[in-house]
This record gives sequence, C-alpha cells and structure tokens, in this order.
Amino acid sequence: MSDSNLFAQQESNRRRSAWLLAGFILLFAWVGFGGDWAFYLQTQGAPPEAYHHIIPWIGLLTSSFAAGLCWYSWRYGAGRVLWATGAWEIIEPADPAQQQLVNVVEEMAVASGLPRPRIWIVPDPDPNAFATGIDPQHASIAVTEGLLRSLNRDELQGVVAHEMAHVRNLDTRLMTLLAAMVGAIALMSDGMGRMLRGGAYVRGSSSGGGGRGGGDRKGNPLALIVLVAWLLSLVVAPILSQLLAMAVSRKREFLADATGAQFTRNPMALASALEKLDGATAPTTTITHGAAHLCIVDALGRPASERPGVVGDVFGSHPPIRERVIRLEGMAYQQAKLEGHPGVLTPPSLPA
Amino acid sequence: MPGIIFLVVLAVLALWVVGAYNRLIGLKNQVVNGWKQIDVQLKRRHDLIPNLVNTVKGAMDFEKSTLEAVIAARNKAVSATGVKATAQAEGELTQALGRFFALTEAYPQLKATGNVAQLQEELTSTENKIGFARQFYNDVATDYNTKQMQFPTNLVAGLAKASPAELWEIEDAGERAVPNVDLSMNKPPA
Repeated sequence: MSDSNLFAQQESNRRRSAWLLAGFILLFAWVGFGGDWAFYLQTQGAPPEAYHHIIPWIGLLTSSFAAGLCWYSWRYGAGRVLWATGAWEIIEPADPAQQQLVNVVEEMAVASGLPRPRIWIVPDPDPNAFATGIDPQHASIAVTEGLLRSLNRDELQGVVAHEMAHVRNLDTRLMTLLAAMVGAIALMSDGMGRMLRGGAYVRGSSSGGGGRGGGDRKGNPLALIVLVAWLLSLVVAPILSQLLAMAVSRKREFLADATGAQFTRNPMALASALEKLDGATAPTTTITHGAAHLCIVDALGRPASERPGVVGDVFGSHPPIRERVIRLEGMAYQQAKLEGHPGVLTPPSLPA
Repeated sequence: MPGIIFLVVLAVLALWVVGAYNRLIGLKNQVVNGWKQIDVQLKRRHDLIPNLVNTVKGAMDFEKSTLEAVIAARNKAVSATGVKATAQAEGELTQALGRFFALTEAYPQLKATGNVAQLQEELTSTENKIGFARQFYNDVATDYNTKQMQFPTNLVAGLAKASPAELWEIEDAGERAVPNVDLSMNKPPA
C-alpha cells in the first residue's frame, strides 16, 4: 500500500475530526447566544423596572458546556461507547474461542504494524463487531458473542482486519467523537425544548397582568425571525447530526474493506463473513442508535442501508452488503490473476 | 530583487532536502522495526516447538524421524543469521512442521487432549504472525527501496546513508527442487 495514501487518509480524518469539534461548539454557541439574542430583543422594549436580558449567560453556559463535552468525548468517548454496549474486556482468555480471538487480533496488529488494541466482548447473540478509540495507541476492538460463535478462523480474521483498518485510518477517532456528539445533540435538543416550554409558561404567567409587554413583542419582527430560526435549529440539529454520522460512516466502509483485505490478502474470507452477518436478520439489540454507525454491519438492521441509490445514500449508515461483497470478490479476482492462481499470498497456515 | 528570488529558491530547496531526508530516515526505521517484529515472532515459534515435541513425544513414539526433523530444522533456524539464510531455514522449519501436523491427524487421541489443540492454535497463530510480519516488512522495505531509487529522492539517499533493504523471499525448498522426469519411456534400472 502506498504510504502517501495512508497519510492522506489519516490527515483527512484528523481534519474532519477537528471540523466536527469546531462545528459542534459553534452549534451550541448559536443555540445559546441565539437564544440570548432573541431574549434580548424581546426584553428591549420592556419598562425599565422589568428584566432586561443583557448578560448572555445562556450562550456562555452552552458554549462552555459544549467545550467540556468535546474534551469529555475525546478523553472518555471510547470508554462510554464500550460501556453503553455492556462490553467486557478479555484480560486472560478463558476458553479456546477467546484465545483464538486474541491470537487473530495480535496477527492483525502485526499485519498492520500497529500496537495490539484492547479486546472486548459484547454479550449479544447477534454477530457484529466495532472498533473505537481516539488513536491507534488507545484503540479497542469489540466483537459480539454471536460473532465468535458463527465465524470460522479466516472469517474472524477478515472482520478483525476490517476493524484494524478503521483504527489505522483514524476512522475510529471521527466515529467515536461523532457517537458522543450525536448523543449530546439529541440530549441538548430535548433539554432546550423543555426549558423553552417552561420559560414560556413562566413568562406567560408573569406578563399576564399587563397586555403591553405582549404588544411590544409583536412589534419587533427581528425578534420573531431570530426566535423561529433558533427553534428550527433545535429541531433540525439532531436529525442533521444523525445524517452526518451515517454519511461519514458509509464512505469509510468500502475503504476499510479494501484495507482489511490488504492486511489478510484474503478478501474472500471477509466477503464470506459479511454474507454470514447479513444472513443474521436480528438487529444487534445491545448496540443502540448512538453507536450503530461504528459497527461492521448496520446494527439497527435498517432497511435503508440495504437500498441502493438515493434512499440508501442519505438514510443508510452502511453501503449494501451485496455491493461490498462484489467489490471484495473483484479484489480476490485481481489478486488471483496477478499471482497466476489464487491463495498464493495468504500466509502459511497449518492444517487446523 | 534577483537576490531575494535566489534566497527563496534556496530556502525551498533546503526545506525539500530536509523533508526528503526525514522521510527516508522514517522509512528506514520502519524497515528496521519490521525486521524486529519478524524476529520476535520467530523466537516465539522456536520457543513453542520444544513444548510441542515434549507433549506429543510419548504418544508418537514411532514417528521419531518426523519429530527429529522438526527439532533439527528448529535448531538450524535458531542459529541462522542474515535475511537470506534465516528465510531459508525458517522455510524448511515451516515444511517440517507441516509434515508433523499432517501426521498428527492420524492420532485423534492426541487432538482430544486439550493441550495439543491449544499448542497447535498457538503455532498456527505464530505461523500467521510470521507471515504477516514478513508481509509488512516486505511492504515497507519495497517502499524504502523504491523511494531511495526514485528521482529526485535518490539525490539525498547518500546523505541519509540509505542502501537497499533485502526482501524476505519465500524460500520453498520443496518447490524449488526440479522434479526428475524421465520421458524416455525406458524402464528404470532396477
């Protein structure tokens, strides 16, 4: 693989992560200061003895909250994702299946030239896997119990290689930050909506005595526009952040498949693993909305992910498995053609 | 004015030399590190084999020659130095191990004892890691060799004391031996 391509991938993920953090803080700042502004415009015409919103404390609060959250997701995001899925870490492999998983992860660490990531098991019968972590030095790979049960050694290797590719390309950084932020934005939208309803109730009751205040508010169209834009962004932000998470993840999957195949030099193993994962129809229940885009196959079993064309492009977090398998088969064919016969580049393995 | 242009060109050139030099050194270190990774895995394999031989010795008493071949190949591999000699000795060890594991298939009671199955998984994994470490080493070594030969990086190759790294070729003694085919249709002398 060409080194410059790898550096370009890592660089673009670093840049995207930085933009994501900046955009996140900006969104929270807008929500806060926008609210302040609307509030300020509303209270501008109020009588001198009434409340004037001059200090933009909502904006200061939300901005510092967002900055704190960015720091938190950077520092603890991976841990929170793992915690949310109920995963436990393999310290000492307890049975042959776990030993094999540890061995396979070590093999892929060698193949990718990275330190060995921490290995976790998600107690879920549905086969799935994901990787998380802010950089390759602090990466984690998690697989479900169902995955360990249903795949053979080569297929497991293919899946782990795919996850190692995410780690190496720094996809895991972007994805982990996104996972934390999608959750936070949903939370903020909920919280702000509640505060707004509460605030309206308080204001409504306090200005109930005199109709004058109400008349002033109607007279200021700018306040109304700002208020509407502010409300709109509260509604749109969670949806937009979800779509962003899915769009980013969809693009990375093909690349991780290809890089993973470069590690194992055995694209067919990953193709066969993907088909097995596809065959398991049940959604992975322990993996919720926040982390679904991290997984190797869509954890929510969303029908949109399987739809080619515009619907899948906008609403699916993963490309259709059929398309991924076809691309992997193409790689296997290229490799076989290059070598004269298939299987020559697979590492020597003893009869198991 | 021409002086300024000259200085700018000089500065750009100097920056490029520094960048190219550092890239070469970075690759060189990766190659060295890649080789170390192979070494680690080879050592692990050499350590595992005596364990395996001791475990199965009793049960496979009459397959002594195969066991001895494995031990001999292992000892030869341990003492090998240099890329080429190591690659060849390790290739022979891989083959001896392959023959040994083919034989164990005939001893189901061996597989039934968890210890052998576990050792076999360990050895399989180590073999895989050797393969992947070799793959990684060859990839970075090829990258390194290409970079130091390509224009214009080759201009600073001497400065970085870069010399081509030796690739780990898969030396398969069995595949290299030319089979003796007699097409004369004469009966071989008895």
